[in-house]
Amino acid sequence: MNFFLQVFGNPELYASTLAMATPLALAALGGTFSERTGVVNIAMEGIMLVGAFFGVMIAVLTHSSLLGLLAGMVAGIITSLALAWPAIRLQSDQVIIGMAINVFAGGLTAFLLNTVYGYNGTPTNTPFLPTITIPGLVKIPFLGQVIGQQNLLVYVMLILVVVGHYVLFHTNIGLQMRAVGEHPEAAATVGVSVVNIRYLGVSIGGMLSGMAGVYLSLGLLNGFDVNMTNGRGYIALAAMIFGKWTPFGSLLSSLLFGFAIALSISLQGYQVSANLVGMLPYVLTIVALTGIIGRSRAPLADGIPYEPSK
Amino acid sequence: MALLEIAGLRKVFGQVVANDHVDLTVMPGETHAILGENGAGKSTLIKMISGLYKPDAGTILFDGALRNFNNPREAIVAGIGVVHQHFMLIPALTVAENVVLGIHGGWGRYDRKTAEEQVSKLSKEVGLPLDPTRKVEDLPVGMQQRVEIVKALYRQAKLLVLDEPTAVLTPQETEDLFEVVHHLNQDGIPVIFISHKLDEVRAVAHKVTVMRAGKTVFESPVGSASAQQLAYWMVGRDIVLQTQRDVVQSGATVLSVNDLTVFDDRHTKKVDNVSFAVKEGEIFGLAGVDGNGQTELVEAITGLRKLAHGSVYLQDKDISRASVAKRIEQGIAYIPQDRQRDGLVLPFSIADNLQLREVSKAPFSKGGWLQKRAARKHAEQLVEEFDIRPRNVDLPVGDLSGGNQQKVILAREMARRPMLLVAVQPTRGLDVGAIEGIHKHLLALRSEGRSILLVSLELDEILMLSDRIGVMHAGHLVAVYNNGEVSREELGLAMTGEITAKEAGA
Ligand SMILES: Nc1ncnc2c1ncn2[C@@H]1O[C@H](COP(=O)(O)OP(=O)(O)OP(=O)(O)O)[C@@H](O)[C@H]1O
Ligand SMILES: [Mg+2]
Repeated sequence: MNFFLQVFGNPELYASTLAMATPLALAALGGTFSERTGVVNIAMEGIMLVGAFFGVMIAVLTHSSLLGLLAGMVAGIITSLALAWPAIRLQSDQVIIGMAINVFAGGLTAFLLNTVYGYNGTPTNTPFLPTITIPGLVKIPFLGQVIGQQNLLVYVMLILVVVGHYVLFHTNIGLQMRAVGEHPEAAATVGVSVVNIRYLGVSIGGMLSGMAGVYLSLGLLNGFDVNMTNGRGYIALAAMIFGKWTPFGSLLSSLLFGFAIALSISLQGYQVSANLVGMLPYVLTIVALTGIIGRSRAPLADGIPYEPSK
Repeated sequence: MALLEIAGLRKVFGQVVANDHVDLTVMPGETHAILGENGAGKSTLIKMISGLYKPDAGTILFDGALRNFNNPREAIVAGIGVVHQHFMLIPALTVAENVVLGIHGGWGRYDRKTAEEQVSKLSKEVGLPLDPTRKVEDLPVGMQQRVEIVKALYRQAKLLVLDEPTAVLTPQETEDLFEVVHHLNQDGIPVIFISHKLDEVRAVAHKVTVMRAGKTVFESPVGSASAQQLAYWMVGRDIVLQTQRDVVQSGATVLSVNDLTVFDDRHTKKVDNVSFAVKEGEIFGLAGVDGNGQTELVEAITGLRKLAHGSVYLQDKDISRASVAKRIEQGIAYIPQDRQRDGLVLPFSIADNLQLREVSKAPFSKGGWLQKRAARKHAEQLVEEFDIRPRNVDLPVGDLSGGNQQKVILAREMARRPMLLVAVQPTRGLDVGAIEGIHKHLLALRSEGRSILLVSLELDEILMLSDRIGVMHAGHLVAVYNNGEVSREELGLAMTGEITAKEAGA
């Protein structure tokens, strides 16, 4: 009993849940935009890595973590175009390109890390993203300890989820995105540009995955390391599916996965097998991806190339 | 002055010349019908007018200007509204969302409330009332068509094109549609109306153009062309509009349905305690206004829907709980209502679609390996026998004309020589020549001693083919008649529920 209270009654567990959920939620939100327009995005893992690396590199060069963040987002967009162009213009298989990007991004960032920084890794004086304190909120007991003081991007993520929901379900462009992901031919007959909308969806996805990567390298962890995303892109993919391709759903399931990660960390001091606990998030991922809990329906045209008129 | 003037239009797909030297002139305020066989090129013409396909040659003059549409948006902006043969609606979105989609772009707020009010108001004005908040996937096809028409009018169409609109409608809905067409004409908006049904063309159109093999071969005011003449121009030969039924001694009971009760997805009772039997060598016609439980009854028989109460027997085997696969194996074949969704794999070739049902059996499969050559031979034979055009079994089914897609399903299901064929609207969307062919095939099956459960909204078809006729109303089988012992009027009364629970010589 005492043990449970120690673990689950500790606000730090929930603060850490939020911190761990943030990269997942950002990427899952991005993936939602991509797949809602009909492009399957399994490249999030690779895009996060690229974002993480360029975030650090530019932050070091300019001594500004915010410019680093910007660079990571731009790098994310550029990488996502490597998915968008063949997927949209050449009608290639989206899963295969996504996989290729993941493999390539892993190699590229490892190579760059070595060439630019040598064996010592990224510099220790890298400027990190600031932690923000919300004046009134932080004083509230328990709750304040959970969300009163967090990294800048945690708050940005929460705002983006709300904005993302608004865009997807309450704007004209959001309506067009959902239409294109469901039935591109029909959307085209009323004059919606399927190609442009899909580029937009994939780019938003790239930008948010890049942001998630920067959060990893300049927020959660210190600097860049080879393959530092460690499968988070795939967990984000699971969170998106689990969240039924909606922003709030993505956030909630990211929190669930984040909780599993945070729990596995906080249990490390106790007499529980670290390996067993460490499996938790991945087990959850498998459960989500096999769709055991709650059936969710993907956008009908998700992953299906669209051929414009002849 | 003409609103639309098309001259010398041509479109080629690979080796198929879908349109060639097509001329068409449409005047303001008139309804212009286009008749033509399956695959004559009607839909292709429409797709060029609406910016979906680009013509290889020829000119489109619309509203005083030469048009060269690069995409559908340009055609919409010019004022061309099209209801395509296969609807272009997004099932997961609401009615209002479908109607206003694409009109406003950008990051601005989608004003749900205003959109819903406008759609509701417009739909009432034109006489096609709609609930704008419903999701399209929850609507029956007739309602979906309304959405399409309202969608076109919302975009201020100066010309409305309806590609085989009545193929999915009940007779009552068809009447309503004609009313709408008349009103549009009165407002000066011309309508291009595509159909295979001569009587409809005569009822609604002022002028008629006939297409054959991609060319426009005949044009005249509707009043001065006889049905025989039009049929002749369409098919290039004389058509027997009446089919001969030879006497077949009906035998043992093949299908028996006992006290069947079925609910739909919304848990409404759609089939209420229905019992009937179909015998060997018999065509049992099921008549009724659409939505009176025929669909659910058929789904329960074919295994697509659970039965709440009662039983279904095939010969003396209880198949009430058997899987679809099991029922197929036992000898039931099924021609579904929504062919594109339920019956075909559109990107697959004709040959592959034709062997889909029996892909794991000899001669199509040996020791787990597909026998491509056997499948091809089988397909080539069926393509010939059922007159599927073009005669190229490697073509993806999605590239066929609407009517020819349908012949593929018919061919596949009938070629299995099933013990029981359940056919829902088997000739919907087919031209007169093709209908004649399908009717002959159905009667041939009957002569072989097979049983057929025929569901059709066309009384003529039911009367022409059936041995016995059951009428459904509000989930009840209200009457069963021997064909020849009942008048059209009596059937009509039964269909509207005026006659209740009467059993005539079963
Ligand atoms: N996208 C395409 N690719 C290849 N061939 C096509 C394509 N669209 C149509 N065709 C061919 O062009 C011809 C005309 O087809 P179309 O759909 O215009 O016929 P239709 O007159 O509308 O027939 P139906 O009454 O059956 O709908 C057919 O032979 C068809 O197979
Ligand atoms: Mg057609």
